[in-house]
Amino acid sequence: MASQKEVLIDPIFNNNPIALQVLGICSALAVTINMATTLVMCLAVIFVITMSNLSVSLLRNRIPTNIRIIVQMTIIASLVIVVDEVLKAVAYDISKSLSVFVGLIITNCIVMGRAEAFAMQNGPWLSALDGLGNALGYSVVLIGVALVREPLGSGTLMGYEILPTVANGGWYLPNGLLLLAPSAFFIIGFFIWAIRAWKTDQVEEAEYEIAPNVQYKEAM
Amino acid sequence: MAEEIDNSSSSSNKDSLRNIFIIAIFLCLVCSVVVSGLAVSLKPMQQFNKELDQKKNILRAAGLLAAGSDVGADGRSVEEMFTDFSVRAVNLDTGEYTDAVDVDTYDPIRAATDSSVSMGLSDDADIATLGRRENISLVFIKTNDSGLDKVVIPVRGFGLWGTMYGYLALESDLSTIAGLGFYQHKETPGLGGEVDNPKWKQGWQGVQLFNQNGRPSVDLVKLRSPVQSEAARYEVDALSGATFTTRGVKNLVNFWAGDLGFGPFLEKLKAQQMQASVGGQH
Repeated sequence: MASQKEVLIDPIFNNNPIALQVLGICSALAVTINMATTLVMCLAVIFVITMSNLSVSLLRNRIPTNIRIIVQMTIIASLVIVVDEVLKAVAYDISKSLSVFVGLIITNCIVMGRAEAFAMQNGPWLSALDGLGNALGYSVVLIGVALVREPLGSGTLMGYEILPTVANGGWYLPNGLLLLAPSAFFIIGFFIWAIRAWKTDQVEEAEYEIAPNVQYKEAM
Repeated sequence: MAEEIDNSSSSSNKDSLRNIFIIAIFLCLVCSVVVSGLAVSLKPMQQFNKELDQKKNILRAAGLLAAGSDVGADGRSVEEMFTDFSVRAVNLDTGEYTDAVDVDTYDPIRAATDSSVSMGLSDDADIATLGRRENISLVFIKTNDSGLDKVVIPVRGFGLWGTMYGYLALESDLSTIAGLGFYQHKETPGLGGEVDNPKWKQGWQGVQLFNQNGRPSVDLVKLRSPVQSEAARYEVDALSGATFTTRGVKNLVNFWAGDLGFGPFLEKLKAQQMQASVGGQH
């Protein structure tokens, strides 16, 4: 059985849900334009995964196998609605800029994946830790992406100007690409590259082997 | 190990039809109670936030509240500043005030989707690409000691990717623009998204909405006419790299100031003001 520390720390770099399992990419593209919304999104995901893992784990010996997916889904959906309603009440501006993406946590593969893969087999404490660890792994990538996108895309960080833009009389011409979703793909790509260069055991074996070069005539 | 044995012994019990129903019903009850309880208890706060947001947008358009700030230049809160405004419903066809709707709950944008309280627009008239226009809309009127101070009207129209929603504020002469601000749009960040740029928005202040013939004639241009010329009075800088957004902004301002928008209302209000000032001199 995995130790508590492993369960919590592993998903951050060794088994990162975004970088290694390539799950939950959609929201990583959508909400990382600025740091403030990214942080709120991370908190929302941390709450949802931890609580859903905890509740699924508490019920795991009672959940009938036939309807386990819909039971997990109901728990996750309820938690997400709770987060959405609370955000609308206490942080209206941020909830407006996150718009549908809070609701879409329901479909974030990481949440469902952890509930099905871990919480159904493990005790409540360990499951909650696993949820927290995975959510932190998700958050690390999101914050990393936002840390590149916000300064280069709009010259600000957390809304404070750090690169004075030309539009405001400075010298920095913002790169519009970083405000669009594809830029997050590039940054996540670089992030995965960096992690795999550091932890080489994550590099997957090629699924094919390139055949040695053949003579032109042999190929005919 | 003990857990595994426990699992297998309870598995037949766990998958029984009875247990499936018990778990399903129990879970639905608990989740629905939690969700609906929370939704009901947070409703007043959410409603308050929504109204506060609308008030902020109106104050920003009128130039009374800086972007990103929650208090006015004189330190008054949004709520306090908004007490200077009165909200009235206006019949857009006649230009008269109406009491047919409750201004606290009426939503003009929703009304525009209901064919019984809105009208379809012909292609020629529909320069802002709205499809339908509501019959009754709201205006926000700020008065001070000397009478009318500012009038704010809701405007909207199609940009490049979607409808842009905003407020247009007019000075007391009902022709000079005090400000224009969008609170919701889907324009490209960095290009059309520059409709939110405070510098660009400043360029709207003092621009004339109506020409000498009383027609709405705001124009967004690449090259401004000479300062003294007549045309320069109606010109605002276009947004570079955002032709469609620019066109959309121009059209929506002219549409809502025109005959199908608030034109009749503004004319009536102007006439009333003239009468009042003439009456005041007697």
